[in-house]
Amino acid sequence: MNLQQFLIMRHEILLIGVVLLVLLAELFIKNEKKHYVIPFTIVLFLLITIAGFLPATTGSLFGGMYQTSNLIILFKNILNVAVFIILLQSASWLRKEINHERISEFYIILLSSLVGMNYMISSGDFLMFYLGLETATIPLTALAAFDKYKNKSAEAGIKFILSSALSSGILLFGLSILYGTTGSIYFTEVADKLVSSPLLVLGFIFFVSGMAFKISLVPFHFWTADVYEGAPVNVTSYLSVVSKGAAAFIFMIILFTVFKSLSDMWGGVLYLLSILTMTIGNLFAMRQKNMKRFLAFSSISQAGFILLGIMGASQLGMTSVVYFVMVYVFSNLAAFGVVSVISDKTGLENMDDYNGMYRTNPKLSLIMMLALFSLAGIPPVAGFFGKFFLFTSAASKGYYWLVLIAVLNATVSLYYYLLVVKAMFINKNDNPIAKFRSTFTDKLALIICVAGIFAIGFLSPIYELIRSLSFGF
Amino acid sequence: MNILTLFIIIPILTVIGILCTKDYKGARVISAIGMGLQLVTSVTLIFLFLAERRAGNTSEMLFMVDYVWFEALNIHYLVGVDGISVAMITLTSIVSFAGIFASWEVKDLSREFFISLIILATGVFGFFISLDLFTMFLFYELAVIPMYLLIGIWGSGPKEYSAMKLTLMLMGGSALLLVGLFGIYFNSAPDGGHLTFNILEISKITIPIEAQRFFFPFTFIGFGILGALFPFHTWSPDGHASAPTAVSMLHAGVLMKLGGYGCFRVAMFLMPEAAHELAWIFLILTTISVVYGAFGAIWQKDLKYINAYSSVSHCGLVLFALLMMNETAMDGAIIQMISHGLMTALFFALIGMIYGRTHTRMINEMGGLMKVMPFLAVCYVIAGLASLGLPGLSGFVAEMTIFVGSFQHPDLFHRVATIIACSSIVITAVYILRVVGILLFGPIRNNDFLQLKDAKWYEKMSTVTLIVAVAGIGLFPLWLSDMIMNSLKPIMDQLSLF
Repeated sequence: MNLQQFLIMRHEILLIGVVLLVLLAELFIKNEKKHYVIPFTIVLFLLITIAGFLPATTGSLFGGMYQTSNLIILFKNILNVAVFIILLQSASWLRKEINHERISEFYIILLSSLVGMNYMISSGDFLMFYLGLETATIPLTALAAFDKYKNKSAEAGIKFILSSALSSGILLFGLSILYGTTGSIYFTEVADKLVSSPLLVLGFIFFVSGMAFKISLVPFHFWTADVYEGAPVNVTSYLSVVSKGAAAFIFMIILFTVFKSLSDMWGGVLYLLSILTMTIGNLFAMRQKNMKRFLAFSSISQAGFILLGIMGASQLGMTSVVYFVMVYVFSNLAAFGVVSVISDKTGLENMDDYNGMYRTNPKLSLIMMLALFSLAGIPPVAGFFGKFFLFTSAASKGYYWLVLIAVLNATVSLYYYLLVVKAMFINKNDNPIAKFRSTFTDKLALIICVAGIFAIGFLSPIYELIRSLSFGF
Repeated sequence: MNILTLFIIIPILTVIGILCTKDYKGARVISAIGMGLQLVTSVTLIFLFLAERRAGNTSEMLFMVDYVWFEALNIHYLVGVDGISVAMITLTSIVSFAGIFASWEVKDLSREFFISLIILATGVFGFFISLDLFTMFLFYELAVIPMYLLIGIWGSGPKEYSAMKLTLMLMGGSALLLVGLFGIYFNSAPDGGHLTFNILEISKITIPIEAQRFFFPFTFIGFGILGALFPFHTWSPDGHASAPTAVSMLHAGVLMKLGGYGCFRVAMFLMPEAAHELAWIFLILTTISVVYGAFGAIWQKDLKYINAYSSVSHCGLVLFALLMMNETAMDGAIIQMISHGLMTALFFALIGMIYGRTHTRMINEMGGLMKVMPFLAVCYVIAGLASLGLPGLSGFVAEMTIFVGSFQHPDLFHRVATIIACSSIVITAVYILRVVGILLFGPIRNNDFLQLKDAKWYEKMSTVTLIVAVAGIGLFPLWLSDMIMNSLKPIMDQLSLF
């Protein structure tokens, strides 16, 4: 393997480089100067994010275990940008006294998990896929339990490890059945040898269930709310945006490539799952009072919308999914950004605490409103375009009733998003959250998100680019 | 630059201008200037439009601009106007101009108020100039969402409830609409060409009849909800009653017209066969709307509720006339949209001004206002007379045309429907005269009212603008009618193809 080939894994290698550098920094920086690790990591990560956009070679490695295409590279870049925003958002939280000892720990764990995600979405066979998945998941457990002095955070860690162990088990069982029926673990070979048989269907169902855990589709969503609530805000945003986005992406890629010939069957399964996920996610979101739980359920219902694009099994569908994930990254991170800033400054996380916030912190409230409108799919922000294209792809396959249910669900989701808007803008409060100044990094993160929320919708070249890279059948 | 794009650019610049101001004084002046410019532009548009027509330009839509937006899905930014859209745009600019002056005294979060109001107006302008279903839908939703904040923050009464109800019902309507639009889009190339959202191109092909049957109700009801189609009108009375003055004006005056406009421009124009087949169902519903709205208004004691129910009745009449599908009735429907838009905006403006003084909207707590505030009272009488269709004012022209047109149908069903709907004229007279009698004449029931002052200059500005327009249409209906008739031709051709 020469250097040229080695560079196919550029994203992963750069990331591992950053992880090692942070590890070295941890060794050589004196204890009282530990907070210098924060800007150091952010700048390094910014550099590799930019490097990710440079033209790259595509191809496959290790006999097909690892593969990249321009679409995969694009998706890795989206993930990088998302993680960059999360790093910015977590800066002021990490500066707190209580986290002083563990700054580099946080970065190393977070970035190793990202390495796992990158390998996962680049996988060309089920072995690499599983390795990537586990590399991504196990560090997340440590992250979820990062606030180890809080019971809820520890609980979140335990819940997360147990449920992901279970789901990995199910997934692995499904994969072993697949291997048993087809005799191969390579995506291309499995796809060729796929013949519908009861055993294979069983394996497929296990595979889908395992993935459904990771993307938290109903009825495999039970861990989500508790974990999201218990974990530190920045970890929650990582879980709900990066982790979910990457899992949904590879799920789609595997369905489109490996299970191509079974598309009728999984179309039906996803149809049902998507209705369930949207509806139940919405119904639970309505009743939540804690903002993190609220966003957790809202993100469950968003995952239901993503399925709309996948089940179309068309180029249009794939484009819409990638596009939607991109929109979702910026919108959800903006929402979590506001929650994180407020929880940092005041420790408040409930919806009632936001009452009357517009009078004291107008900018934060406006950003929150834009983010929620984008999640609800209201123009002129990007969420409208994302949802519209997802619906288009479902309608193009003739699923008009499904589209109707989905749009009605979007209306229901608008109801609970408006509850937050109502709290901030309309409800009266004698002592609202006091006016405060956010730090530079918080502001920068929110500005990037807002710019993204507006730009992605109106700039059609982004959509056309994704479209040109997508495929379908 | 194209004159139509100005209708989007000017509001955006106005919003940016408002953001630069410090307090309510700056905000309202900037908004007034912005909407004034908008009014000037729309008057210019009328003259340009008429000049083009006189020069012999007979194309269906004028001043068209076409930019490709999302190439893969064939989504364009495509704008253009015919006589009907020009009329609707003018209506919008008059009402929003008057609306700014009617909310001159909004001091609580006034910058936010004016920004939301202008975003709402932008959505409406954009909707009327769009010829692409995607942008049309985008502007439609853009117009609906600021309502939530406008009612929720600056409204009165059970404002949170009304705001939520209105927003969710209208968004539910847009859910149906979206399905309808997808149906049109994916059937826009039955011979396997490029799918398109372009209204003019779709009108040239025939959507398969099965698809039309399925999607026409979605589209029609989707728009109909915004046009207060029975039984989906319930958002309207609550919403109007809780909304602040300018918002009621814009909402009843303009936003509800989006429904009627969409019904014929999209639903009936693109799916004419289904429109013919299914018209009877909707005709029954709209007849109920007309009569039910009028009866509803009789029972109300709150001025805003009276007017809100009266809007249900009048907007029902718009849909009713459209469904008659002959040239005279449809002409009447368009005039009714404009006439009702101006008249009801005037009503809501006056109610807001009266409420601002008396702090009550219950008619039986007031009385004898003619002696206290003669200017406002006279305006109220004029609005009332326009509403019950007095010759010389816009209401007469509209209703006359509608009923003459509707009665041209020789069959029993249409005639009975027409007669039933006609009875609303009488009922309208009842509730209007009752309110005028109790409210303006009669004894003054509350001695505190003797101290009240008459209209201030900005209030006069607002009402006079609207009255001039109402009387203008009433006295010179023909040029408006001509402008509409010419533009109705392609739609009529489409509807009478078979």
